[in-house]
Order: sequence, then C-alpha cells, then structure tokens
Amino acid sequence: MTIIITSLLFAAILGALLALIIGAAAKAFAVEIDPRIETVTDMLPGANCGGCGYAGCADFAKAIVGETVPPTQCPVSSPEDARRIAEYLGITAEEKEKAVAVVRCSGGRSTTLRSPYNGITDCRSAVVVAGGAKGCDYGCIGFGSCARACPFGAIEIRDGLAVVHPDLCVGCGKCVDTCPKNLIVLVPAFVDVHVYCNSPEKGPVKRKVCKTACIACRKCVKAADSAEQMNIKGFLVETNYSNPPLPDLVEKAGCPTTALRQASRHAAGEYEGVSK
Amino acid sequence: MSDTEPKAVQLPDATRLVVSNSPHIRGNDSISKVMAEVLIALLPAALAAVWFFGLHALRVMALCTLGCIAVEEIWNKCAKRPSSWKDGSAVVTGLLLAMNLSAGAPWWICILGSLLAIGLGKQIFGGLGYNPFNPALVARVALLIGFPQLMTSWVAPQPGAWTALDAMTGATPLGASGAAVATLKDLFIGNVGGCLGETSALALLIGGAFLIVRKRIKWQVPAAFIATVALISGLVHHVNPALTPPAIYHVFAGGLMIGAFFMATDMVTSPMTVNGALIFGVGCGLITSVIRIWGGYPEGVSFSILFMNALTPLIDRYTIGKPFGYIRIKKEAAQ
Amino acid sequence: MSDKPRKFKGGVHPNDSKALSAGKPVQDAPLLDKYTVIIHQNIGAPPELVVKKGDVVKKGDLLAKASGFVSVPLHAPTSGTVSLIDKCPGPACVSVPAVTITADGEDAWGDCLEPIPDWPNTDPAILKQRVADAGIVGMGGAGFPSHVKLSPTKPIDTLILNGAECEPYLTADHRLMLEQAEDVVLGAAILARILGLKTAVIGVEENKPDAIAELKKLAGKYNVTVQSLHVNYPQGAEKQLIYALTGREVPIGGLPMDVGCVVQNVASAAAVAEAVLNGHPSIERITTVTGEPLVNPGNWRFRLGTPVSKAIEMAGGVSVQPAKLLLGGPMMGFAQNTLDVTVMKNTSGILLIPVETASQYTAEPCIRCGRCVEACPMDILPATISQAVENERFDWAAQLNVLACIECGSCSYICPSHRPLNQQFKRAKAEIMAARRKQQKK
Repeated sequence: MTIIITSLLFAAILGALLALIIGAAAKAFAVEIDPRIETVTDMLPGANCGGCGYAGCADFAKAIVGETVPPTQCPVSSPEDARRIAEYLGITAEEKEKAVAVVRCSGGRSTTLRSPYNGITDCRSAVVVAGGAKGCDYGCIGFGSCARACPFGAIEIRDGLAVVHPDLCVGCGKCVDTCPKNLIVLVPAFVDVHVYCNSPEKGPVKRKVCKTACIACRKCVKAADSAEQMNIKGFLVETNYSNPPLPDLVEKAGCPTTALRQASRHAAGEYEGVSK
Repeated sequence: MSDTEPKAVQLPDATRLVVSNSPHIRGNDSISKVMAEVLIALLPAALAAVWFFGLHALRVMALCTLGCIAVEEIWNKCAKRPSSWKDGSAVVTGLLLAMNLSAGAPWWICILGSLLAIGLGKQIFGGLGYNPFNPALVARVALLIGFPQLMTSWVAPQPGAWTALDAMTGATPLGASGAAVATLKDLFIGNVGGCLGETSALALLIGGAFLIVRKRIKWQVPAAFIATVALISGLVHHVNPALTPPAIYHVFAGGLMIGAFFMATDMVTSPMTVNGALIFGVGCGLITSVIRIWGGYPEGVSFSILFMNALTPLIDRYTIGKPFGYIRIKKEAAQ
Repeated sequence: MSDKPRKFKGGVHPNDSKALSAGKPVQDAPLLDKYTVIIHQNIGAPPELVVKKGDVVKKGDLLAKASGFVSVPLHAPTSGTVSLIDKCPGPACVSVPAVTITADGEDAWGDCLEPIPDWPNTDPAILKQRVADAGIVGMGGAGFPSHVKLSPTKPIDTLILNGAECEPYLTADHRLMLEQAEDVVLGAAILARILGLKTAVIGVEENKPDAIAELKKLAGKYNVTVQSLHVNYPQGAEKQLIYALTGREVPIGGLPMDVGCVVQNVASAAAVAEAVLNGHPSIERITTVTGEPLVNPGNWRFRLGTPVSKAIEMAGGVSVQPAKLLLGGPMMGFAQNTLDVTVMKNTSGILLIPVETASQYTAEPCIRCGRCVEACPMDILPATISQAVENERFDWAAQLNVLACIECGSCSYICPSHRPLNQQFKRAKAEIMAARRKQQKK
C-alpha cells in the first residue's frame, strides 16, 4: 500500500513541478503572433502547394499580412476568396486572370525519334546525359519531373509526353521551373489554341526527328481571323496570347503536322495518331 | 586479310544504341553475390550447429529461412512490389535468426520470429537498405522479451547424435561460476548449450575471416567490439573475480562471436566510414560488457548492437572524412 | 625517383580489354571525300569562323580563329571546298555548328606555320604562341587549350606528361608512345622549355612495358624521366596522377598549378612537336576504334571531321549489334545515338560495347556496403551524396563536397546495387552551379 501511495505522490509532485517549469517557460519565451495570420491562413485553400512561392499557406498568410504580397498571388484561390482576404485586411487586391500551364511539345514516343535510354528516369537527371536522348534537342523528355512537381495531379505522362489537363491545372507554375528544357509556359486559361512545338530549327531538320513539329507552313496564320492572332518567330509559330484566335482555328487551318492543337482536346488524347 | 572478300560491311543500327551515363561497364558485383558470400561464411557455423544439436538444428534453420522468404514474398504481394527473395537478403536474415534460436525452439517461435524479422525489422521501413535495425536481432530481442523462458532454455549439445533432444537449464558460462559450466576447449569448439549459432567460436571465426578476406565486412567492427569486451571484462575480473569470469570466457561464450562478425557488421545498419566502424565496435563492446557484468540479462550482445544501430546515422554524419585536397584549402585560406 | 610504380588512394580495377587493339599498329585512315568538322572542339570559348560557304581551302588553312585567351583556332583537315556550314550531331547528342569540307582529293598543304627547327634556342614565348596557333588542346579527353595550361600564374616546378591511359579498351596513347616515342619526348622537352623547366616526367601505367622501354631509350637524350605507374583506374585523372608522381594534393576547386604542376597529355605533346618542328597544326589524331562487336578493331590516324560511321567501316564493321557506341573510354566516354558524329581533337576512342558487358542501371536500394567510399579517389562519400541527391537536397550534397567529384565513375562501377551514382552527381553539380550563378546574378 505504501508503495502505491509513494509512487502516486512522486508522480504527482513530478507532474506539478514539470507543469510549473513549462508554464514559466511559455510565459518567458512567448512569441507574439499577429492573430490575423491565423485567420488569413484559414481563408486560404490549405493545399500547401507552394504555388505562391512560399512554404505553404501559413507562410504565405504571414507574407500577406505583412503586406509584401497581394492575396491574389495564391494561384488556387478564386478571385472571390482573394477579395475576401483583402477586405478582411483592409487592402486592395488587383484582379488576376486565371492561368494554365502548357507544355509546348507534342512529340510523344510514337511520333519523335528517341534513343533507348538507361538511367535515372527523371528529366533533370536525364538531361545531363545526352540531353535526354531524344532526336529533338528541344522537346519533352517525358520522365515526368513536372508531373511529380504538380501538387494538383494536372500533368499526365502519356506516350512519353507531358500533357497538361487544363481543367485540373490552377496555374501555380510549379512545373515551369522543373522543366529542364523550359518547355512549360503559363498562359491565360481562356485561350484554347496553342502551338505544341518549341524547336527553333528549320522545318526539314525538325521533321526528320519529329512527326508533329511545327514547320512554320503558315496555314494557321492565313486561316486566322486576323494576321496578328498567330505570330511567326523564326521557324516557329506562336499563339498571340494578347489577341488569341478562336478554338475553331484548329479545324480551319488544318495543320499538316497537328502541332496546332486545342488544349482541351490535346488533354483528351484526340490528336494521337492523326499526324500524317 | 585476303580471305575477307568484299562482303558488305555491317554498321550498327543507330536507333538501337542505348544512351546512358558513364561508366558504361561495371564490376560484376551484385546484391545477391554479397548475400551469397555471407551465406557461405555462415556455413561452418551452420554445420557445427547440426553436428552439436542434430537434425533439430536443421529443422529450426529450415523453418526460419523458409519463414522469412514466405513473409518477404507475402509482403511484396500485398505492397505490390516485385518479388525480392532472390536477392538473398531474406535467406540471410532467416539463417541469422535461426542462429539466434535454440535447437529446441518450437515451430511457431520460428515462424513468429520470421514475421518479426522481415515484417517489423525490415519491410515496414521500406525493405532492404532502409531498415535502421538488424532484422534478425529485432526478432530475437522481441522474442526474448516476449518469451523469456523459452528463449533462454537451451538444449544440451550431443555431438553426432542426430535426434536426441535434452533440455537443460539456463546456466551460462557468463555467470560468475563460468569455469564450472564449460571448459575453455568446449567453449571454443562449441560443445556447450546455447543458440545454434553462438556456440562454436571456431566455426564463426572461420566464417568471419572469410568475410574479411573477401572485404564484405569491415574488420574494424569485430576487432573493436571483441577487444572492448575483452578489455573491460578482463579489468573487472582482475579487480573483482567474483563478479565475472575471465575475459577469455567473455570472448568465446555467448553471442559475442556471431554478434561481432555477422550481426554488428550488417552493411545496412552499421557505419560506412572506417572511423565510424571503430566507434561502432567500441560502443557495442561497452554496452555488451555493461549488460553482461552488471545488467539483469546474462547476455547483452543483441541489445548493444540494436542500440548502436540506432546511433549509426549519427556516427556516419560525424565521421565524414576530409576529401582529397581538403587540407590544403584550409591552409591556404588561413594564409 | 625510384623505379617502383606509383599509385594513389582508392580507385577500381576494371578488366582493361586493351588486348583487342594494343598490338595493332597505327594506320593512316584513307582520305575521305567529305569531312564535317565541329567548330567548338575545346573547353572555353568557341572559335570564330573565318570561312564561308564556297570558300576554297588548303590543308591546314584556318577555318576558325581563336575568340579569346581560352580558345583555340581550328584548321582544315584537307584541301577542298567549304560546302556546308550547318548543325551536325555533337558528342553530347546535341546538335552543334560544324563546317563541312568537300575534299578535292589533292590533300595539298596550304601556307603552313614556319617550322622552328632551332627550338632549344628560341624564345619560350614564341614557342608558346606556336602551341596556341596550332590549335592544340588536351587530347586525352577534356579538350582544354594547351597554351592556357602553359601560362601559369603560379610558380611551376614540375611538368608531367600523362601517358597513363587508364581507361579500359583505349590504346591510342600506347601506340603513340611506342611508334612516335621521339615525338613525345621531344614535345616534352619543348613544353619544359616553354615553362622554363629543365626536365619533365612522363607517367605511364606499367601495363605498357614496351612503351615505357621505348620512351626510356630516348629519355636521357632530352633529359626527361619516365615513371611507371600502378595499374589502377583513374590513374590518368590529373589530380590522381599528380598525387602518384609527386605526393601533392591539388586542392578542391584548384588547378595543378596550385601545387606547382602542369599536366599535358602525351598526344598533345606529340602534337606540339609536330607544330614546332614541321609547322603543322592540330588536324589529325590517333584514335582507337575498338570493342568486341567490331570485326577488326585497331588504331587509326584520323583527320578531324571523320564520321564515326566511316571509322567503323574501316574497322570492318560489326559482327553483332552493339549495345552502345561511345566516344572516349568506357568509364568516362559519352554514349552516342547516331553514327554521324565526327572525330574531334579529344576523341581518344570510338568504342562499341557489346550487350553482355554494357552496364544496366537499376533502382535497387543502396545496401550501404561502403564499396563506393573505398573506391572514391577523391575520398568523398558517394552513397551519402546519392541519398542527398535522391531527396533533392542539393545544399546537403554541396556540404558533402559533391563538387570535388571528378566524375571518374569508380563508384558506379563498383556498386553492387548498380545505382546510377555518377549521373546523380553530374546532376547535383549542374544544379549547384546553376543555383550559384542565380545567386550571383541577384
């Protein structure tokens, strides 16, 4: 009996002592936290994707409260969410249009020349060996570094090619930095027509290694409603994102290599095997 | 060469040329080769066990090995991982586990041990290469704590008698009256009661020497381990002979030999650097001696190795050597 | 120096496979009708093109002039017409600019550089300028401009000629030392004069006893010493060679001149002798074409711009499909995916690796056996760095001195788990350097 009482007493005294020390320490070393940070964190999506450039939503909230960044920098929040945060903090938030990522390459395994590769299946590691072992020096390596970086699962690797699903992409831009070939760009989400090629080489050189390269034949430029809708840069055509063409341009132009694609239909895999 | 008449010269097919990083050739070493050599090194000890404990030893070894392979494969199936028993690591774990059991161990102890070794000791951390603790020792210690009676009742050695099975009490040569339990010669040859693998110091030494010659283990680990145990037990015996038997008993009795040569040297769970290996061995020796001499258990090898396993990442981190050309940089910076 | 072979710490002993071509004397490759010369053949700035399409050039004429100090000129490998200036496959599987010369078949020399027969009494600066004008680079593999190494900013007391040729399969330097021993030794003496030294030491691995004997015969005449080296890869790596011969450690991130040494390849030395005595620029080199799949492996003297397909044809083609085509040796060479790549100043070997011995990388886990730690000649911890890279912790990798890695591949060679360590380190180095450049810009 005495043993039980002693041990209970001992435990109780020990507990009380520790509680006292912890309590004193909490008072002595207390860190002031702006309560608004917590509120703002709650108003953010909580995905901790890092798309804003900060280490998670709480860190971003700290930056917003410190007024160094606007709440619209969160690529996931809707404009309403951002406005609500801005209202709560009493700051003004500029409207930001939604962006999506586009991988400017259509050279899948079946359409591009590729050598058998043996090594780390990661684009940034593969690129130090023979530039990714592709026939085209500029195209998608297809080992999915971008897909792994995407916090929203919006990038699929299909037939050795990274394909963005525009409906899942929130435009956070995390993939942009991971691509060693700098293939990924953020574009306004409402534009659906893109040129899926990034090679500045001459047409015949490109065609030799890739069936779906843009050969700058200008068909799309001519078919567009106005000439400014598609820009020609060297041997490559580009959508003019400040004056974009309508989605029906793809049908009208009849791109011979299918480098000109609608993002939504590209994601659905509708162009596979179409190239002549 | 005139006999090679204008035959069309054949060029390689460029589209089938594999692109990869250098080096483009490599040594013919592989994980299964490493494991095979460990198994070869364990062979003398296994044969000694069969000689002293008969077919019962064989039964325990077979049960543990097959058990480990089975657990590994079932786990791989469930985790949807490719089959991996062929790399031999599960076989090694199984055999080492058997070496840590008594010849009289019931079948369910062997199976439970396999489950603990492969499941709790290895696969739960992600499989080969990721386990922080030696799997066979995890199983042994778990069984020792769970079934202390079963795990410390040995079978008397009966050289050459194939089927006899005489239980004997748990007197150990590591007790204060060590010399009364077994002669030194019996200890060295293995003619004493104990686990399958820890009895014959001779067989273990042969296996250990093989591994050291083949550079599969770092000699620093067993050397530091055994030397530390010998030193401490020798000192304590010198000061107080009633407390513990002489150093030579400590070295040849119990699990020290198998622990030092086969358990502590497990590549995955011991330090990679040479200095780290020394620290690791000394640490194992210290803890073993303390447990053996003053602790509640007669044997402390397993606990000491597991404890040092936990320290391995730390040891590795603090024993990183200076790279080639490093010292000069420092000197120059000082100038 | 004693006759005992010198060695360094670490390293591996791959099967050297040199017997395939070691006994084959160097043959002059027949004149081709077309040469595609890659413009950027050196480390440093690419030379500036001075010819245009349609120009007629003579053998040895300037195609491109050096565009800075760390740059070398490029010369025409034969006489003919510049027919095309376009991109062609480069040694790293990425297209690079190149000049195509359609040969006129005459192979006539143009106005060469003036020979300097009286080199022992010539101003070293003139000799150095000749090395630069002849476009000589490190022909062992790196392609670093030789004249830059000859312009040290720190005091030099030792000139080392690298004849280790530690890469398996390759025998180009071996044949060179055997057949042109005089050129090598002469080159060594000229290089020593440029550096203001009395003597030079030629380091040769002891698996080439005939070459060592040949060099030793001439060594006394030109006051050079020949030192045999232990057979151990990477014995020919600059830092390891210096350590083996002098016991000095080149600091990490430092250069051989930091420890008073200059290292030149033996082939570069022979090219220096050729440039000084005959006035011929660097337009050809000895290259080993070898590998088990080849019908007739051997050593050839190729002009720059010879396509690999032609070289393989000269070696009788292949009897079976090889797994890999490499430029350079099997330990550090570059895998190619086309036969159109051409011979450059630093192409020491064209190697076909059979399917059986080609290394296959797998994702087997590290079992922490520590063999890579033993093998690493730079004394870093490949296994730990690999872990850091796998977790994309490049800061940690940098702390573990991944930048000291010389990419010799010993760790990948020895690894029982067949892990692609070397590739991980290459990536880590690239990422760390990129991050540093970014920081500097800020």
